[in-house]
Amino acid sequence: MTDTFHHLVILFGILFSVLTAGGLLIWLERRLLALWQYRYGPNRVGPFGLLQVAADMIKVFAKEDWIPPFADKAVFIIAPAVIVIVVVMSFAVIPWAPGIEVVDLNVSVLFVLAMSSLGVYSVALAGWASDSKYSLLGGLRASAQMLSYEVFMGLSLMGVVMLAGSFNLRDIVEAQEDLWFVVPQFFGFVVFFIAGIAETHRLPFDLPEAESELVSGYHTEYSGLKFGMFFVGEYLGIALISALTVTLFFGGWKGPFLPPGIWFGLKTFLFICFFVLIRASLPRPRYDQLMSFGWKVCLPVSLVNLVVTGAVILMRATY
Amino acid sequence: MFSLLNTIWTVLKTTFRKRATIQYPEERPHIPPRWRGRIILSRDAHGQERCVACNLCAAACPVDCISLQAAEDRQGRRYPSFFRINFSRCIFCGYCEEACPTYAIQLTTDFEMGEYVRQNMVYEKEDLLISGPGKYPGYDFYQEAGLAVGGKDKGTGPNEEPPVDVKSLMP
Repeated sequence: MTDTFHHLVILFGILFSVLTAGGLLIWLERRLLALWQYRYGPNRVGPFGLLQVAADMIKVFAKEDWIPPFADKAVFIIAPAVIVIVVVMSFAVIPWAPGIEVVDLNVSVLFVLAMSSLGVYSVALAGWASDSKYSLLGGLRASAQMLSYEVFMGLSLMGVVMLAGSFNLRDIVEAQEDLWFVVPQFFGFVVFFIAGIAETHRLPFDLPEAESELVSGYHTEYSGLKFGMFFVGEYLGIALISALTVTLFFGGWKGPFLPPGIWFGLKTFLFICFFVLIRASLPRPRYDQLMSFGWKVCLPVSLVNLVVTGAVILMRATY
Repeated sequence: MFSLLNTIWTVLKTTFRKRATIQYPEERPHIPPRWRGRIILSRDAHGQERCVACNLCAAACPVDCISLQAAEDRQGRRYPSFFRINFSRCIFCGYCEEACPTYAIQLTTDFEMGEYVRQNMVYEKEDLLISGPGKYPGYDFYQEAGLAVGGKDKGTGPNEEPPVDVKSLMP
């Protein structure tokens, strides 16, 4: 009984904090982006403009929830829900601290990868169901981009899995007791992070919603709370990729002095800030550049990384 | 690749740079004295209206936001019986100020003219007239224009020359 209660507290605690963080990220991104553009950003509503999130929420709720008459209604409604669902599902397997996670899955790395692959459905279906040329182009781009970056996103993690000898994220964190995996798996980390940016279609890989050419890509036809769902999904995706990077390469909750949950949150926060910094500094590549960079640079690098890691592990095992 | 990293580093270095934003209501921006803001009608040194209702400002106005009606008082001074500027049309180009021969219409540094009711943007003569001479103290059109008005004869003002006798041939 108390065990069930304990699990429920953890479950809702994580759900609550993840969704709150997703909302606050909107504020954080606007403030940080402003910081790097010599502006202030939203600083009027509440302390440091924190209530801007509430104001935005009220605004989004009050917007007309318009479904275009030419859209495929059922799919149009499901699409924004998919992205939030898959991202929140992925958070279920992330270990926040020893004992604080929703499920202790023994294939959690595979689970996260599977969930982020399902996220493609959201954008592809949204683009398809909107029945508008910009949305369709955005959806096509998104699915092509996410599928190709998915390939080496998985491959880049295999080095970590080999070193830890487990697919379980908890075991992977435990295996980083002495040395963070970012040191032996540096190229894996770089490739994973690039793929993560492409996976969340954030700048500079935001071609699915490139404003300059596609209005706003796959969510052109969306308004009101459905549009808000896409946004929350995107910000949750950032938080997820940051949390995954920390878990897989930067020792998860491990760190001196501070309690483990704080360490995890702090490291994740830094990576979220790095996401925003990348947005503030890098221009968007052309679509063919994006594709050739993925297949001609990132995939070979992750393959070589995989082979070399395997060879080193074998050598250590033999001698 | 390294140029990308360099870009990220360059942007990161600007984190503590001074921000360009002026926090407007608390922090005031610098307004230059020749700022083209709210339009006023000024008075001369004797406290009388400078405007002679010549209609040049209304003619110069590219958006036709000025309308006025000329009148004449007992002393022969022309003045506008009404003078109306529709600030919801005004584009603050300053052509009226350039066109004005008597320095009556002037643009000021005030720009905070927000209103909730559109009709309130229409300023009448009593809203426009100020008590002082504005940017040109000491200038009095009737003292320099060589016009007989209100007891002052032709050519007797401080900056005037006596009128030429057109019936004589002598220079």
